[in-house]
Amino acid sequence: MSDINQISKTQKKLLAGREYIGVHRIDGPLVFIQKTHPVGYRELVECVDKDGHTRLGLVLDTSESVVVCQIFEGTSGLTMPDSRVRFKGEPLTIGVTSKMLGRVFNGLGMPIDGGPAPLAEAELDVNGKPINPTAREYPRDFIQTGISVIDGMNTLIRGQKLPIFSGNGLPHNELAAQIARQAKIKGGKTDFAVVFAAMGVKHDVAQYFIRSFESTGVLENVALFLSLADDPSIERLITPRTALTLAEHLAFNKDMHVLVIMTDMSNYCESLREISTIRGEIPSRKGYPGYLYSDLAELYERSGMLKGFKGSITQLPILTMPNDDISHPIPDLSGYITEGQIVFEREMYARNIYPPVAGLPSLSRLMKDGIGEGMTRNDHPHLASQLFAAYSYVKDVRNLASVIGEEELTPLDHQYMEFGEAFEKKFVSQGFEEDRSIEETLDIGWEVLSHLPVEELHRVTDEEIETYYKG
Amino acid sequence: MSERIIGQVKRVNGPVIVAKGVTDAMMMELVRVGEARLVGEVIKLEGENAVIQVYEDTTGIAPGHNIYGSGMPLSVELGPGLIGTIYDGIQRPLEEIYKISNQFIEKGINVPNLSRDKSWEFQPMNLAPGAWLSPGMIIGQVQETERIVHKILVPPTIEGKLKKLAGQGMFKITDPIGSVETEKGEKDLFLFHHWPIRKPRPTAQRLPLNIPLITGQRVIDTLFPIAKGGTVAIPGGFGTGKTMTQHAIAKWCDATIIVYIGCGERGNEMTDVLTEFPHLVDPRTGLTLMQRTVLIANTSNMPVSAREASIYTGVTLAEYFRDQGYHVAVMADSTSRWAEALRELSGRMEEMPAEEGFPAYLPTRIAEFYERAGYMKTLSGEEGSVTLIGAVSPPGGDFSEPVTQHTKRFVRCFWGLDRQLANARHYPAISWLDSYSEYLNDVSGWWEENGGSGWEKNRGEIMELLHKEVRLQQVVKLVGPDALPDSQRFILDVCTIFKNAFLQQNAFDDIDRYSTTKKQIRMLEIILAYYQRGAEAIKRGVTLVKLKRMKVVQDIIKCKFSISNDDIQEFDKLQARLERSLDQMEQLYV
Ligand SMILES: Nc1ncnc2c1ncn2[C@@H]1O[C@H](COP(=O)(O)OP(=O)(O)OP(=O)(O)O)[C@@H](O)[C@H]1O
Ligand SMILES: [Mg+2]
Repeated sequence: MSDINQISKTQKKLLAGREYIGVHRIDGPLVFIQKTHPVGYRELVECVDKDGHTRLGLVLDTSESVVVCQIFEGTSGLTMPDSRVRFKGEPLTIGVTSKMLGRVFNGLGMPIDGGPAPLAEAELDVNGKPINPTAREYPRDFIQTGISVIDGMNTLIRGQKLPIFSGNGLPHNELAAQIARQAKIKGGKTDFAVVFAAMGVKHDVAQYFIRSFESTGVLENVALFLSLADDPSIERLITPRTALTLAEHLAFNKDMHVLVIMTDMSNYCESLREISTIRGEIPSRKGYPGYLYSDLAELYERSGMLKGFKGSITQLPILTMPNDDISHPIPDLSGYITEGQIVFEREMYARNIYPPVAGLPSLSRLMKDGIGEGMTRNDHPHLASQLFAAYSYVKDVRNLASVIGEEELTPLDHQYMEFGEAFEKKFVSQGFEEDRSIEETLDIGWEVLSHLPVEELHRVTDEEIETYYKG
Repeated sequence: MSERIIGQVKRVNGPVIVAKGVTDAMMMELVRVGEARLVGEVIKLEGENAVIQVYEDTTGIAPGHNIYGSGMPLSVELGPGLIGTIYDGIQRPLEEIYKISNQFIEKGINVPNLSRDKSWEFQPMNLAPGAWLSPGMIIGQVQETERIVHKILVPPTIEGKLKKLAGQGMFKITDPIGSVETEKGEKDLFLFHHWPIRKPRPTAQRLPLNIPLITGQRVIDTLFPIAKGGTVAIPGGFGTGKTMTQHAIAKWCDATIIVYIGCGERGNEMTDVLTEFPHLVDPRTGLTLMQRTVLIANTSNMPVSAREASIYTGVTLAEYFRDQGYHVAVMADSTSRWAEALRELSGRMEEMPAEEGFPAYLPTRIAEFYERAGYMKTLSGEEGSVTLIGAVSPPGGDFSEPVTQHTKRFVRCFWGLDRQLANARHYPAISWLDSYSEYLNDVSGWWEENGGSGWEKNRGEIMELLHKEVRLQQVVKLVGPDALPDSQRFILDVCTIFKNAFLQQNAFDDIDRYSTTKKQIRMLEIILAYYQRGAEAIKRGVTLVKLKRMKVVQDIIKCKFSISNDDIQEFDKLQARLERSLDQMEQLYV
């Protein structure tokens, strides 16, 4: 047997040029080819259809007898005898450059805005590589989004991965656009960029974001990767990887602070389930493959800050919870990987509260190191904690009131009801164009807290009460 | 190490490789795959095929690539240099990898587990040539950190007559420090030895568990204590506080050594430990926490099969320190990710799945892991312990899933995290209704002895109140609190105070983050004093509103923040004020 280990680079090139005519089986986005030379796992594949159009793919399983490839542009129109397949002998890479900002690409990084492909500064493997935990810098820089419920209670930190758990028809796009527009770091102007990855969303959603970036004049700082609802569903699997590869280049080779918006992660997960089902893998919950967690982690972990690098990657993935169910595998596994979550509540939206951010299930895990004295304001940690505690009691009181009637509540519980009302209407609720400073946010927080008697405030100090409490 | 070709790649499916032409491979043998020499392990032998689990990304591996056998099982290196180091799942030092491949982890990097360049000052025991060396015996020591004296052990697989032992001096770990005449001939002794990760290290005897591991977390130490050498599971949905609880224990518990295994979790959490621990001072020794900690990091984006191994790597290191006579606490965050790695590998091997796709051997593996905990008499006659604290991440936060259920069968302590509590920012969100500790009776003797009598009684009393509260709350939910008499509403009130003042503990507060046993005892006593005297006062006609308005009640709620561990006598003053306030109150009603 010819020993593959001894094969030289030139031989590899020759083999990579070798073309196989005809495939053995086509099933969904998968193509099976028999009797090949030894093909490497996860090698890049080019599949040429009978019209001469080349589609890219990836080797999912390789053995002496058969090689399984997934074709990113889908297999529709491919025929078994006429398809030609080439194995490239290397993983899928994309050419990246900061010139990609201001441009629109498909999920594989090919321009779809009519312009020429920009000259690449680097060719990078789209799968990235795991970041060494010792190379990471723990994120602690406060990002002011101008949105009270985020800045005050679920603070976004530069380098964080903070998803929006939303539902169909809820204003997650508006919130993401507002964050992208208003986000700033205290005291500094910095090089920033937005990388936008759309997976399986409709044209008007993509248009909404483009217009929103345009109207604020930041479009030249935005790179868009669009794999829309009518594109082959399999392309969605590569789209976030392509986008994150550019984000890494911008952050770690170009010193930029990059905000990555990925929408809709639920569509991504569904494509993954599709492939898994076709391959006959044993599913875990709701038909999703057992490796959904690891697969999502490969994406979400491509964020953060690194020692010795000026740039950063902040991720804002958006996902719609099927049936608004937070325990569905997609939000559940995401929540297990990301550093908190902004959860939307349909009932609040129905009461006309924008942004309809649910007070209790939302969380930012990185806020602890990014708030307080010298970063936001000294009273911030205690105030946030007090607001959470009080609002959680409000929920209990409301439940009680729904059973025994509001009149039967104790005077104290009435005060809590008032506080809850004020909290939602004044603190959480704000305009789509409204950009509140962190001081304003905290002041409103104290203002609504002042509906409660001082004895109820266990989580703030006497000095803080002295300074800020107005009850 | 001698290398031989044991076969060639036949099929690659993710981290699982089928090899053909295999004749002399060993089960569990450490192998290297392809010219990149990716680390793998033989996990199945079938005719002339072998199944190999590869611990690195297999991109580019193709049929026909050679597989090299090492002739030994997947092992760790045990010796000076472990403390303060961060390793990946198969004990490769991440700091060294960082020096070679910068911010991203490249594959195929081959670095020694323990530094070959560093010299250590060896201090031999007084052993004359001819002395009998038994397995696991201590033959000398190295001051590894300011805090840890690293005992040098005879490898558990070696025994015989000491031929020579070096005197005090500087040695690298590959320099022989002596030799021993064994049945199989003369063997050199080194500062380190190898041990296969899947094989528990031998001990002389299991001892009963009756000393608590003091964690400084009130809800744990006072309500659901864990014994040194015990096992505990912390299940909870995402964001309920598993990691924070484990970090808090790693920081403040009274073990001598901490092994922290980040198994399939976030990179930033490991970075957090790495940046924080070197600056945090252990209140017991005044030295930094990093000086007693070993980290294993196999984050969620690192290869899945190394995640499976990381748990064993961690517990083997822990056993090694136990064998030196130390108390070791192991945090495994999260054992669910390890179980999922098992599932993924099993699926790729096309094994028959049992519940939810997990392999049928899942419960056996979980049991084997937790069996490695214990309070032991070591081979050298010392006492040491390994306490295993495993986080469980149930899908959807539902505790009826297989990993939680099977884990529950094999651990004796259960700290169930409650979503409602976490949402209300009641941290630690350990439910006082679902949690339990089977060590309670075993350790109460220690508490009565070291903390003063009454501990068990007080604990029982507050638990009873908490259970009463549940029943009363059910009434309130139907008819409102006004329907209850003051005496019962007072119970609700005391429970609220207990939750706010005692059970909630803020990990970010400099004073509150850790409570000594003394502070815990005094806090509980004061709250119970308020309950007993308050109940009396109500009987005499004092109204609940008046009681609640006493300024001293606010001070009790905030005493966790205001009274530090070093000012225990402040509690006497607080209690005196409480008594005085109640006296005054009662006087109005005589
Ligand atoms: N003792 C505590 N004191 C203060 N805050 C806490 C405490 N415990 C948990 N928290 C808060 O809860 C958040 C989530 O906790 P943690 O990261 O430990 O959750 P987890 O159960 O490990 O979640 P996951 O399964 O997703 O890893 C923390 O970021 C912190 O804000
Ligand atoms: Mg965690």
